[in-house]
Amino acid sequence: MRVLLRSARPYGEEPVDVALENGVIAAMAAPGTLPAGDLDVDATGLVLLPGLVDLHTHLREPGREDAETIETGTRAAALGGFTAVHAMANTQPVADTAGVVEMVWRRGVEAGHCDVHPVGAVTVGLAGEHLAELGAMADSAARVRVFSDDGICVSDPVIMRRALEYVKAFDGVIAQHAQEPRLTQGAQMNEGALSGVLGLAGWPAVAEEAIIARDVLLAAHVGSRVHICHLSTAGSVDIVRYAKSRGIDVTAEVTPHHLILTEDLAGTYDPVYKVNPPLRTETDVMAVREGLADGTIDAVATDHAPHAHEDKDCEWAAGAFGMLGLETALSVVVDTMVSHGRLDWRGVADRMSERPARIGRLADQGRPIAVGEPASLVLVDPGASWTVDPGRLASRSRNTPFAGRALPARVVATFLRGRPTVLDGVIA
Amino acid sequence: MTSSSAAEPTGPPGSRGLGARVLDAPDISRVVGRISHEILERTRGSADVVLLGIQTRGVPLARRIAARMAEIEGASVPVGSLDITMYRDDIRLRGPRPLEPTELPDEGLDDRIVVLVDDVLYSGRTVRAALDAISDIGRPRTVQLAVLVDRGHRELPIRADYVGKNIPTSSAQSIRVHLVETDGLDEVLLTGGAS
Amino acid sequence: MRHLLSTSDLTRDEALLILDTAAELGRVTDRAVKKLPTLRGRTVVNLFFEDSTRTRISFEAAAKRLSADVITFSAKGSSVSKGESLKDTALTLEAMGADAVVVRHHASGAPYRLAHSGWVGCSVVNAGDGTHEHPTQALLDAFTLREHLRELEGRRVVIVGDVLHSRVARSNVALLSTLGAQVTLVAPPTLLPVGVDTWPCAVSYDLDAALEGADAVMMLRVQNERMNAAYFPSTHEYSRRYGLDTRRAALLADGAIVLHPGPMNRGMEISADVADGPRSVIVEQVTNGVSVRMAVLYLVLGARAEDSAGEASAAEAVSA
Repeated sequence: MRVLLRSARPYGEEPVDVALENGVIAAMAAPGTLPAGDLDVDATGLVLLPGLVDLHTHLREPGREDAETIETGTRAAALGGFTAVHAMANTQPVADTAGVVEMVWRRGVEAGHCDVHPVGAVTVGLAGEHLAELGAMADSAARVRVFSDDGICVSDPVIMRRALEYVKAFDGVIAQHAQEPRLTQGAQMNEGALSGVLGLAGWPAVAEEAIIARDVLLAAHVGSRVHICHLSTAGSVDIVRYAKSRGIDVTAEVTPHHLILTEDLAGTYDPVYKVNPPLRTETDVMAVREGLADGTIDAVATDHAPHAHEDKDCEWAAGAFGMLGLETALSVVVDTMVSHGRLDWRGVADRMSERPARIGRLADQGRPIAVGEPASLVLVDPGASWTVDPGRLASRSRNTPFAGRALPARVVATFLRGRPTVLDGVIA
Repeated sequence: MTSSSAAEPTGPPGSRGLGARVLDAPDISRVVGRISHEILERTRGSADVVLLGIQTRGVPLARRIAARMAEIEGASVPVGSLDITMYRDDIRLRGPRPLEPTELPDEGLDDRIVVLVDDVLYSGRTVRAALDAISDIGRPRTVQLAVLVDRGHRELPIRADYVGKNIPTSSAQSIRVHLVETDGLDEVLLTGGAS
Repeated sequence: MRHLLSTSDLTRDEALLILDTAAELGRVTDRAVKKLPTLRGRTVVNLFFEDSTRTRISFEAAAKRLSADVITFSAKGSSVSKGESLKDTALTLEAMGADAVVVRHHASGAPYRLAHSGWVGCSVVNAGDGTHEHPTQALLDAFTLREHLRELEGRRVVIVGDVLHSRVARSNVALLSTLGAQVTLVAPPTLLPVGVDTWPCAVSYDLDAALEGADAVMMLRVQNERMNAAYFPSTHEYSRRYGLDTRRAALLADGAIVLHPGPMNRGMEISADVADGPRSVIVEQVTNGVSVRMAVLYLVLGARAEDSAGEASAAEAVSA
């Protein structure tokens, strides 16, 4: 099938016609100069970006198919403009063997809405005690390169050191959920004046920062690379910035919700706003935006965390941590970064596609928009505005913190190696 | 939490339109005097009488009657106050209001002739509530009722023993009693509706 | 006042209305008939996810004195202990026609959630939620303080102990400062929450200095589990630095009183002779608790009627 995108604006720049054929970008030329395809898409006014890559997605399968499945989660991903997602390992059973990661990978291929790259657990059962068979997962059909105990910090410094060293053999990376466990026992929200007033146990910034500081030093010491999941505090940005200035091979991600929401929402005691790491202060929000703008933070990663209704329709302490993100991520980035001039569209492509693909060592994702490159692309209407309706999301769960909120920019079409996965804003 | 002050016949004069003044200060004084005489007469010299004013405006009226009785007969008549808020049957309709003190004379109510005093007798529900309240507090020998104005429209089988003035009204109208002690002047107004 | 969730929601006038109402209702206790017909036909449900015999009994007595029907769900012996969710329990109560729910829950914010989630339409009274608030305790403390000190404006009240985990402290700081008192919190730094400097009160680590000339001192219970969690080195050291004994009680102003929300650890945060001494009003607090809870139930249920009835009866508006 040959697809012709008429008058698309790569990276928001000058309009061109773009022809997709055989999975790659076959031609790019001045508007009106390319022959019609089997499918013609009028992309006038739309921004063309490389397909988005999420380093941090919870697809919940296997184990919690009531909250999300690989099918529903990847539909949500495609609708959000993603052509690849990294499926986190904290499933039931845990993705700590080649068998489980291959199963997840195959289901992703079968669903076909986007590439699914399983993340392997660092330790067996996420228990933090024994390294999982990282090499077997790397060598499996799923070709795992990102390893994480996400949801739980690899807090034992010796285990962390060994993991950082071990994955060098296959160019893997440890994605650390930075949370000092003893400092966050029973933690419910950001620790500060508000947690004191609300009577909710605090999750202090230092519990994140101390682990990041330790791990960048460990990575430097053993000459490995480390990736920091969902960095959320101003102090963390400073530490990563410092580490990078020292030449340490560290990368970091921030979630859309940490770019826009603050801890005040905990005052509603509505667990839809309960997430780990917790929503922080306005100062932290401004710092992570700044860090993302200057490249200290490499990537936006959704930490898309679907939860069954009953796990959120309860009192705060009983509520599960996490919020949906795939279908709102790009809009939140436009709202917080593009609209305020912190990032241009090339910057969005870099932070949401190119760098995450590099961190995950995905060869055919996050590529330039150029002839001969893989035709995994997304068309965005930058001028659109939409109101988030939880009932209309593709995710099986409804726990979006943005219900009723108007957000800018909308994904119009997504292409995975030349094949449309989303057209006119619906699953193709 | 607001008291339903809008439902009270209070407020500065003129706040809801003046209406017709049906009693002025000298009228009220005469009426209080007559009621005092009647009570003395009916109770044969006021022995054992306790005047119990229903909050809010029944209380100053009870005090005035007691003072007049003292002038006439030289007897000191005990006066108490009764707040019937917690005995109302219309809390569901009206919402809560601040409580006024219920203060009983040291003599108590047991075996006394209790004269309830209120400003306006209308549906009779306030008096019903007052009777309930009294029965929880003590056991008077008899209970009588004195009111400044009886405007009719009873909803319960209750009548007053002493009436200052009968004022026929329509239910669309309001009777508003102002007393010096609570409102700065003495007057009774008839407002609203077609009279 | 549709619900009572937090003392910080109360204006000064609202707080005074509750206290004044409680004062009037307290006099019912002195009568032969200790019952008022006010809430006849109304149903008050006590929903106690956490064991608290004292508070539960106090609310039960309050509701019964107002002639309400009282249903009590306690953590032990009901579906609550079998893991039924707050929401499902709430729906059950709603189906039973509860007009008000008095809820005690181990999760901070559970009453707030109950009131704002749309699960139930009835009034919600917070009877203590996690480490958040215990508004009726603060109201009865304020009531007791007023009985002894008359006016709270400008009075110096010292609250001592585990502020970090204390819902009583949070509710009291908000309420007493609204009522014009000067509150000083005294605790080891480990038992003060981060950000306590933003609260409307002073903070001190020196109990002797804080007690000097104070009008009242409130001792908070130190939970057993704190003693094993490295918040302080030993009970002995805690008691020496932050316990109230006769010597310290003597530092208070003349006429000053000693409060404790109970249950007490005698010999730990308070010595037996102070707990039973002339300044102690700990037993009065219990009595006053019933009056304050009567006032709260009356005002909350009445406000509910007010919301729904609006301009119910203009004709009846004239005194009858």
